[in-house]
Amino acid sequence: MDPRSAYIIHLADNALILGHRNSEWTGHGPVLEQDIALSNIALDLIGQSRNLYQLAAKKINTLSPEKNPVTEDDLAYLRDVSEFKNALLLEQPNGDWAKTILRQFYFSHFLLLQYAALLNSKEPGLAAISEKSIKETRYHVKWSSEWVCRLGDGTGESHNRMLNALDQLNPWVPELFIAADYDRAAVESGCGVDPAGLKQNWLETVNKVLETATLPLYPAEKKEGFILSGKNGFHSEHLGYILSEMQFLQRAYPGCEW
Amino acid sequence: MDPEIPVLSIADLGILREVDVSGNDILVTITPTYSGCPAMDTIQQDIRKVLLKNGFEHVKINQVLSPAWTSDWMSTSGKEKLEAYGIAAPAFSNGCALAETGTDAPDHCPLCHSKNIEMISRFGSTSCKALYRCLDCREPFDYFKCH
Repeated sequence: MDPRSAYIIHLADNALILGHRNSEWTGHGPVLEQDIALSNIALDLIGQSRNLYQLAAKKINTLSPEKNPVTEDDLAYLRDVSEFKNALLLEQPNGDWAKTILRQFYFSHFLLLQYAALLNSKEPGLAAISEKSIKETRYHVKWSSEWVCRLGDGTGESHNRMLNALDQLNPWVPELFIAADYDRAAVESGCGVDPAGLKQNWLETVNKVLETATLPLYPAEKKEGFILSGKNGFHSEHLGYILSEMQFLQRAYPGCEW
Repeated sequence: MDPEIPVLSIADLGILREVDVSGNDILVTITPTYSGCPAMDTIQQDIRKVLLKNGFEHVKINQVLSPAWTSDWMSTSGKEKLEAYGIAAPAFSNGCALAETGTDAPDHCPLCHSKNIEMISRFGSTSCKALYRCLDCREPFDYFKCH
């Protein structure tokens, strides 16, 4: 696959997989209002992934006019685990509310910076999607930051759950800032942004909230214990389960619509 | 009409961007409010149905993302209709950045006009709304967020 399509698909996969994880809370939220909030965030993310898959499909079809055209649905529903390029953080199981909140908090802050940088993308479709999506992401940042403070600076129980969430999720964070080949190609062509360049701002904003939440800060110099790369298609076992649920209908009944 | 807020037309909402008519052909350009808004598909079908019924032979609907929709594009009459329907209208212009600071909030309860209100949740029954409650008339109400 050409690097530009791969880059756009990577962005789409990030949004889709986190959107799917969040949608697993629908009907199970701790209170109705927060169930609705997380379902809304899922909807925004899945909407963003649709726009990105449509753009990627357009690129792929323009580059290979001799092949059968692909659609957004092919990209979401008919690719297998090793073809997905989402970061591993996003496919981690939801765990408790604290873990779900922390994952959303880490990623929304990252996504806000990524979309802000992509506003200047030389790929007009990507700039347009970022202009649209950044507005939604601001709400996600605000909402998840408020929850991190509420839980971290809440009761002994909620504080401990946040500590547990930090332990579980921090190892998956470094991958967000490591460029894959398609990131580097996208930077070179002026279409994309180097994720490593977002790290400093991310650390500052995230740690400001963690400090308010009376939680341990994210270490500026973190030793990377182990690195798999979801961005390069090497996933944890969890993605297979997500896809088997998400893709079942299209695999069993190809082209089914309702 | 917006299927979720049936008092607002697509022109009131500001999602109708352009109409281009040549003979029996018509090109309608619309923009979504939120990326994942499920009403967009229904709105597209409704536009197509109405135009075909009114004699257009070729109806093309084009969806654009940029410039991104903002609640500033909602018409004054749209805002009045929202309030009459019981939904607080966006309270600020150029207010989309307020989401980050958390200062985007309605000014009063659309039902009894009391200013004594509080937020229940930043998210509501659709992507575009947040949930509030009035501390005087005790009714919960939706707020159409600045965006």
